[in-house]
Amino acid sequence: MSQAKVPVWVNVGLIPLLNILLAFFVSGLVFLAIGQNPLEAAGYLVYGAFGYDAGIGYTLYYATNLIFTGLAVSIAFKAGLFNIGGEGQAYIGGLGVGLLCLWLDSSMPLIIIAPLAIIGGAVFGAAWAYIPAYLQARRGSHIVITTIMFNFIASSLMVYLMVNWLKEKGMMSPISRTFQESAWLPYLHDVFSPLGLDIGNSPLNLAFILALLGCVVYWGLVWHTRWGYQLRTVGTNPTAARYAGIDNAKVTIWVMLISGAFAGLVGVNEIMGVNHNLLLNFTAGYGFAGIAVALMGRNHPIGIILAAILFGALYQGGAELAFEIPSITPEIVVVIQGLVILFSGALENMFKGKIEGYFLRRAAA
Amino acid sequence: MFETLILILDATLRVSTPLILAALAGLFSERSGIVDIGLEGKMLGGAFAAAAAAAVFGSAWIGLAFAILASVGLALIHGFACITHRGDHIVSGVAINTIVAGLTVTLGLDWFSQGGQTPALTGDARFTSIVFPFAEQIADVPVIGLIYSELLSGHNILVYMAFVFVPATYWIVFKTRFGLRLRAVGENPHAVDTAGISVALVRYRAVIICGILCGIAGAYLSTAHNAGFLKDMSAGKGYMALAALIFGKWRPVPVLFACLLFGFLDAVAVRLQGVALPGIGEVPVQAIEVLPYVLTVLLLAGFIGKAVGPKAIGKPYVKERA
Repeated sequence: MSQAKVPVWVNVGLIPLLNILLAFFVSGLVFLAIGQNPLEAAGYLVYGAFGYDAGIGYTLYYATNLIFTGLAVSIAFKAGLFNIGGEGQAYIGGLGVGLLCLWLDSSMPLIIIAPLAIIGGAVFGAAWAYIPAYLQARRGSHIVITTIMFNFIASSLMVYLMVNWLKEKGMMSPISRTFQESAWLPYLHDVFSPLGLDIGNSPLNLAFILALLGCVVYWGLVWHTRWGYQLRTVGTNPTAARYAGIDNAKVTIWVMLISGAFAGLVGVNEIMGVNHNLLLNFTAGYGFAGIAVALMGRNHPIGIILAAILFGALYQGGAELAFEIPSITPEIVVVIQGLVILFSGALENMFKGKIEGYFLRRAAA
Repeated sequence: MFETLILILDATLRVSTPLILAALAGLFSERSGIVDIGLEGKMLGGAFAAAAAAAVFGSAWIGLAFAILASVGLALIHGFACITHRGDHIVSGVAINTIVAGLTVTLGLDWFSQGGQTPALTGDARFTSIVFPFAEQIADVPVIGLIYSELLSGHNILVYMAFVFVPATYWIVFKTRFGLRLRAVGENPHAVDTAGISVALVRYRAVIICGILCGIAGAYLSTAHNAGFLKDMSAGKGYMALAALIFGKWRPVPVLFACLLFGFLDAVAVRLQGVALPGIGEVPVQAIEVLPYVLTVLLLAGFIGKAVGPKAIGKPYVKERA
């Protein structure tokens, strides 16, 4: 290797951008394949996601979940771990939030329930990540496989609990009783309306603020604490970390606890903020979408917020699109999501060598 | 009692078949060093392609061919990412699962306008049961009659194929030159490279075989076990096959037994729904459903035996350049 360096903007900006563009280009081909004009479809998508107040609200509501799971996947990536169990951790986190709300909603005001439920969601999510983390750190079992298994275990556990214990009596479907309003996280449109601001009715609630706070916490933890330094060292070079006296196993367990806690907070948004009862399958794939968000956001909080808003826009815009063109399903958004994972994740090195080579040669010349 | 047992075992065979096919698929891939959590996606893609082609052409065999084509295509994408571009195997697998989950419904709605399903398949568009000779006649013979006519006879061709593939896989992996190379690239790719054999080529062949088997598994789901494609019909079977692969420690015969065990648990769970067992009471179905996953976690953690995968698994091969 020569002394010449590849400019930073190439690695941080140009290559990721090319990968995303390629993902969108292939998505466009999918639209063409089903006989739709991709530009027209993109128009509906953008209008549905950003064209009116409530649309923006929905976009940010979806983005809230995606920020949480994106942070969860991303912080584990920082330690070189792949937490594919965000789905299960979010599910169990939601269980924690729901249990607290069901327990306290008739006796406590929101000001007490809200922080407790947030802690509850985080603790339950973290607890669900703890076992795979422990097994990875101390017993050497592969975290990817165990977290996948734990997704299925979480799903069966929730069905069991909902059907046998938490279902409201006399109801056919496995749904708990609706919380009293003291356990509802306020909608942002209700928060803003006394100020004379009308932002349109949408499920967007205070959990969005919590998600932004989560990004600040992430930033502080990863780059401004001693532990964050250890975390990044373990992720970059585990052997060097061990030489430097870092307890890799301990870092692994703690980062997974934090990762699980982030994922668990999805429950705050979904259960406390929107559904106001405990139900099945509220995680709806957000755990997996978090992988796309983390990859696209380049494991940085700002990137994660932007990527989450982009995917939130796709979810919301996709719903609008399916409404406007009935022969399109909202699932097409899942395809785009998958293509982003493919091109900015699995195939991230596809252009890297050529582009870096070009800049190296230019720098050398 | 005996009849119930036979019926449960009969159901076990039917439920295990896609697991066996997918787990053997994973075996080829992972033995060559390519982690494959995309079994799920390839199976789902195969199921959709099979049902769509069978609906259009009216032949289950053409469906099977398309299933294999689709699944091999996905396997090649995985290979392109992991082998050629040294991408992360897990990320690539997740990408494939995600793309297929969305694409099958999207294309299904566009092609058939039935909410993402394919039309119900009848007649030749499905693989039908093969009745063994004299199955009817000896059905009344005690014990053997029931085993022969219920358990062994009356499955479709893909079930029998899955069971034939197990010894075939054993033979290929452990008794042929290709198998030796396959295992070697999974354990020590540098040694294989030194011997003048292309690591990439061996791995590509492995993922193609993986694609073929996943395609058959998918075709089984939509054109044999069911009569058409349903959204997300693989329902985690790919992940369960992965669990069985680990549970069987990446060896064909133990993998077969792991698949049969998981299939058996599934069949039992269906039977036990709402039934009170003497002395134990009613066992929640979910408790049986999670057993495959719990067992795999315990095994991986070394609490019941130890599962050690191929050494070079998940690591991209980089030729050393002096």
